[in-house]
Amino acid sequence: MPFRPRRSVLPGFGLSLGFTLAYLGLVILLPLAAVFVKTSGMSWPDFWAAVSSPRVIASYQLTFGASFLAALFNVPCGVMLAWVLVRYEFPGRKLVDALVDLPFALPTAVAGIAFTAIYAKNGWFGQWLEPQGIKVAYTALGVWLVLTFIGLPFVVRTVQPILEELEPELEEAAATLGATRGQTFRRVILPALRPAIITGFALAFARAIGEYGSVVFIAGNRPMHTEITPLLIITKLEQYDYKGATALASVLLVGSFGLLFFIQLSQRRARRAHA
Amino acid sequence: MSIEVRNLSKHFGAFTALANVSLKVGTGRLTALLGPSGSGKTTLLRIIAGLEFPDTGDDREAGRVLFHGEDVSDVPAGQRGVGFVFQHYALFKHMSVFDNIAFGLTVRPRKSRPSRAEIAERVHELLRLVQLENLGQRLPDQLSGGQRQRVALARALAMQPKVLLLDEPFGALDAQVRKEMRSWLRSLHEKLHVTTVFVTHDQEEALELADEVVVMNNARIEQVGGPQEVYDRPVSPFVIEFLGNVNRLAAGSGKLHSPGSDVLYVRPHDVDIQRGAAGAHALRARVLHVFSAGSYGSVTLERIDTGEHFEAEIARDRLRDLDLKQGDDVNVVFRHVRLFPRGQFTEADVRDGRLSEAPPPGTPPAHGAGEHI
Amino acid sequence: MAGTVSTLAHVARHRQRRSLGDPRWVRVALIGAALLFVALFLVVPLAAVFVEALRKGLGPYFAAFADKDAQAAIRLTFLAAGVAVPLNLVFGVAAAWAVAKFEFRGKALLVSLIELPFAVSPVISGLVYVLLFGAQGWFGPYLGAGDHPWLGAWLNARDIQILFAVPGIVLATVFVTFPFVARELIPLMQAQGKEEELAALTLGASGWQTFWRVTVPNIKWGLFYGVVLCNARAMGEFGAVSVVSGHIRGQTNTIPLHVEILYNEYNIQAAFAVASLLTLLALVTLVLKNIVEWRHRRAIEAAAAADLRQYAQ
Repeated sequence: MPFRPRRSVLPGFGLSLGFTLAYLGLVILLPLAAVFVKTSGMSWPDFWAAVSSPRVIASYQLTFGASFLAALFNVPCGVMLAWVLVRYEFPGRKLVDALVDLPFALPTAVAGIAFTAIYAKNGWFGQWLEPQGIKVAYTALGVWLVLTFIGLPFVVRTVQPILEELEPELEEAAATLGATRGQTFRRVILPALRPAIITGFALAFARAIGEYGSVVFIAGNRPMHTEITPLLIITKLEQYDYKGATALASVLLVGSFGLLFFIQLSQRRARRAHA
Repeated sequence: MSIEVRNLSKHFGAFTALANVSLKVGTGRLTALLGPSGSGKTTLLRIIAGLEFPDTGDDREAGRVLFHGEDVSDVPAGQRGVGFVFQHYALFKHMSVFDNIAFGLTVRPRKSRPSRAEIAERVHELLRLVQLENLGQRLPDQLSGGQRQRVALARALAMQPKVLLLDEPFGALDAQVRKEMRSWLRSLHEKLHVTTVFVTHDQEEALELADEVVVMNNARIEQVGGPQEVYDRPVSPFVIEFLGNVNRLAAGSGKLHSPGSDVLYVRPHDVDIQRGAAGAHALRARVLHVFSAGSYGSVTLERIDTGEHFEAEIARDRLRDLDLKQGDDVNVVFRHVRLFPRGQFTEADVRDGRLSEAPPPGTPPAHGAGEHI
Repeated sequence: MAGTVSTLAHVARHRQRRSLGDPRWVRVALIGAALLFVALFLVVPLAAVFVEALRKGLGPYFAAFADKDAQAAIRLTFLAAGVAVPLNLVFGVAAAWAVAKFEFRGKALLVSLIELPFAVSPVISGLVYVLLFGAQGWFGPYLGAGDHPWLGAWLNARDIQILFAVPGIVLATVFVTFPFVARELIPLMQAQGKEEELAALTLGASGWQTFWRVTVPNIKWGLFYGVVLCNARAMGEFGAVSVVSGHIRGQTNTIPLHVEILYNEYNIQAAFAVASLLTLLALVTLVLKNIVEWRHRRAIEAAAAADLRQYAQ
């Protein structure tokens, strides 16, 4: 039987676990189950039609594509930022370190209107970029930009502690063995960071897939071009197409749960390798 | 390759790690840097390796490291030709044992890099040398402590270093493995004859393993000499207390009065116990505890005149003859003592119950006559 | 004890090495690139919020808050956070107690389930309540149809509307802020172990006494930070709330929804003025986070210093 403790002298196991399970079930699991129950009530042709119309496919391409590229861009930038924060001393380092969490703390709608204002035709950057033929606001580029913002802290915050705890002796050993700094980084440091980088990438990717608030302002939301899947779900809801909305939701959920599962798996493997 | 360091100083913030230290290490010797935590021994080793740089003062000659007479102070660690074995081995966790050992060869510039086959041959040779022939494909996490230690050693040896430096090489091992590794390292050194310096805080390890022992304390070198020499002729109270067990007794009071002397050191095996009535000059002590195991027994005694406790090591046969009981009062004879009179250090032998002074060369004799014991 | 001096030397070495490791040009280039990245993605948007908010001066800035609808939105936001945060606080403490202090099968699964809402799109967090309480939902509010007519009927009889009303907003907020406190506390309490609690029990303390007098003081900073994060997310949530809200001005708008309405009405300055309120909340959250971390670090350093004093004696 699961959830039975080994004998323990500390009190409160039944109470705390009971409450935890009841609350978890009521607040999270029951509502989420509704998505899958509702979806399973659909016939296969209905479901397939709902999740594979051209407009939906276009939204997948934008959502998954822009999310992937944003998370990918955050890998080198995040590693660089973590490296600079851990290894170098410079004025404002603590401030930068604190600012990294801004995308966690700033409401997404605020980020959305701020980025839109900056990159719109008459915005701070937009007024310079648009004459060059670079359109950011109301294009896929804008979607990528805010998704990069949303995912920025993940790689930094997963890599940073690993870098801090990396034994300096490893780099010294490489140095005494004649390796250059570049060789040491490529062959000693980077492999040690790899599990954290993969985790950070997957977290940023998963977060970006579901992102809604910041994207709707900058995307322009033109069907087939700049419409993300979460927005399409809302559109269908507003048309009282609950089944269609639910079918799309189940596709997104499977995508993000798959990523979450992948993260857990790779973390467990990394832990076992270091046990 | 000989090693010489001249006038090294090193501070970490307010902490002084080395204070004007100079040292020469002979070619092919096995040298121990021995001292307690914080004595500066690891810092000295790291400066020799080029992992740390001495403070640069006004004196341009100060803070130099020379290999075979050649100044290597500004040569980067990777080009000094030193093999360095870290205390916790610093093995690359994601690389196999083979790749760890091959690392130093594979990072060489293309021109001087051996071919793949040559590297493989060299690594297998080293795996044989450290007796890990079949473990080349394992990851470091799949090895025991002693095996990791040997991988670290093989990795350092792969680049054929002229100097081998080991930081607390046995510190992370348990007692049994430590003993084995010690004699293994000794025999390896006999085979390779690479100039080797190792850091340890274990005096037994230093005395047993090294050709030469450098005793360090408080950022300075206290004494340099062979194991026998530093044990038998310590030059300071620190050295005598750090190397082996020793009794420290007040020499300025009671029966042990020696003018000008404050402290007397005597090793437990230099203490003898005699039955008999109290003489006018004999040092009397009370037996507190007798413990007998192995060929020697240990007796805890209390000086009757001052109440100080001290230990005696007595051969088992003699202990049986003495038939000591707790609470017995006995006479005590010291065979060989070292006196520490106010800032100066001398030693004395005891013959026929009298202290006869035998100061080391260059040391002024202790004041006054020897003391009856 | 004996290791402290070498540890200190190690720390000093580490600090010094930090600046020595790489050549100067590498350091300058990397720091420059990192600062540029941070400036473009973090500093400029932050500045844009305040610049746009104050574009027309202080008068219009404060006028945006004097608006009746804005005040209603602020009240509703506080209400939603006021319900969601305490609920999730109690849950977080209970979950952390169960997970950190006991061994049981299925623990890893439970921890994964607790983190589940992080992987759920906010839009879906809202959608689930539409499915439960919507017109065609399980507990459909007015139809009373579906699989559970009793609940619908019960709600209907008391004229309680969930969806497109305040209860729906509160529920969605609870959903999206669900893991925050638990996720802060679980690793913290796992690291602390249970020795202190066991010691208290052997000294005759009751379970509740142990909890209040031993556990809570140990976790108070983690608890505090978890609450701060939970609150920031509760007040700033947009997607989930947007789905379940009826977007009725003055009734079912929260602050972020009010920002959206103003923005879509091209009342840009007012939208940014209200958004600056949320931005300030985010900045306060970051400051509090750093204070908590700084306190935590100081506690560790104090412990190390105590060890050193012991060594010196």
